[in-house]
Amino acid sequence: MKPEELTRRQQEISGWPVSIETYKLGDVFHCTIANVDPGARLARADGATREEAESRAIEKATRYLKQTRKFEV
Amino acid sequence: MPATLPNVLVTTEWVAQHATDAGVRVVEVDVDTTAYDQGHVPGAAGWNWTTELCDTLVRDIVPADKLEALLGKNGIDNQTAIVLYGDNNNWFAAWAFWQLKIYGHEDVRIMDGGRKKWLAEGRDLSTEKPSFTAKTYKTKTPDTSLRAFLPEVQQAMKSKSAALVDVRSPQEFTGEILSPPGLPETCQRGGHIPGAKSIPWGKNCNEDGTFKSFEDLQALYSSQGITSDRPVIAYCRIGERSSLTWFALKHLLGFKDVKNYDGSWTEWGNLVGAPVEKP
Repeated sequence: MKPEELTRRQQEISGWPVSIETYKLGDVFHCTIANVDPGARLARADGATREEAESRAIEKATRYLKQTRKFEV
Repeated sequence: MPATLPNVLVTTEWVAQHATDAGVRVVEVDVDTTAYDQGHVPGAAGWNWTTELCDTLVRDIVPADKLEALLGKNGIDNQTAIVLYGDNNNWFAAWAFWQLKIYGHEDVRIMDGGRKKWLAEGRDLSTEKPSFTAKTYKTKTPDTSLRAFLPEVQQAMKSKSAALVDVRSPQEFTGEILSPPGLPETCQRGGHIPGAKSIPWGKNCNEDGTFKSFEDLQALYSSQGITSDRPVIAYCRIGERSSLTWFALKHLLGFKDVKNYDGSWTEWGNLVGAPVEKP
């Protein structure tokens, strides 16, 4: 199978830049969200549509990113 | 040092042509241990770094007998060409590469661009797990010259006997954050080892996930005073990002004395009394 409808974009979630990658393989959309720096995966989700996969992944990523603390330096 | 394509890198096209050749084993190793199941290079094995590339009892790299079993069941013997690739520009592919070199495997390569480039090129993906005929693998005596332990890093900090390269993000380096955004905090203190240079791992790579050219890498490191005439120790948080920098310095730039400090910040940043520099 070939991946279809691959998209990659950057946006902010809870004040943190993240990259969102989504593609379709067969009948399933796979979405992965990673922090931009360093690029570690935060959340992933599958769905029957792009919107479903991305909204699930964004919900998870939001939950995790809200827990990140910033310290004064 | 020649500025030619190193023999430790293969292109995505090469993998598409040779992934199932006899004597070649392609292996995906991801940060995201579920990525393999979302589609992988047809014929590729998948390794889980959290369970298969470490000692799950004590904090350590994979034990020799465990690696021998892993390689053997994946149909890999000592003569097999192992081609590694993964997500995040080959983070954990480099981690696997580093461990395979510690145990003396001769022919290990990385697919330049990793999963990112393979996907972007719309190449075939498979969700089937291939089966392999088991082989016998025998590791060599571990090459400890590739790995730095805490006492050596402490000595390097004090005596400047080696250049310390912190490959984490600038925000981790300064101590503004204690872990990459969205990930659990795994240290008690933020900051960096005194004297370390900040050269984030991502600077080794181009936008498409491939490694930068010899000239660009040389310019990157020499601009920070990191040169081949002095030993180098790279570190990050748990040693995987720094294994990618280790790979670039050792195998793309040809530095003779480069070590990966896999204890990294999760060791140093939790150590009672360890000096920390901020920002």
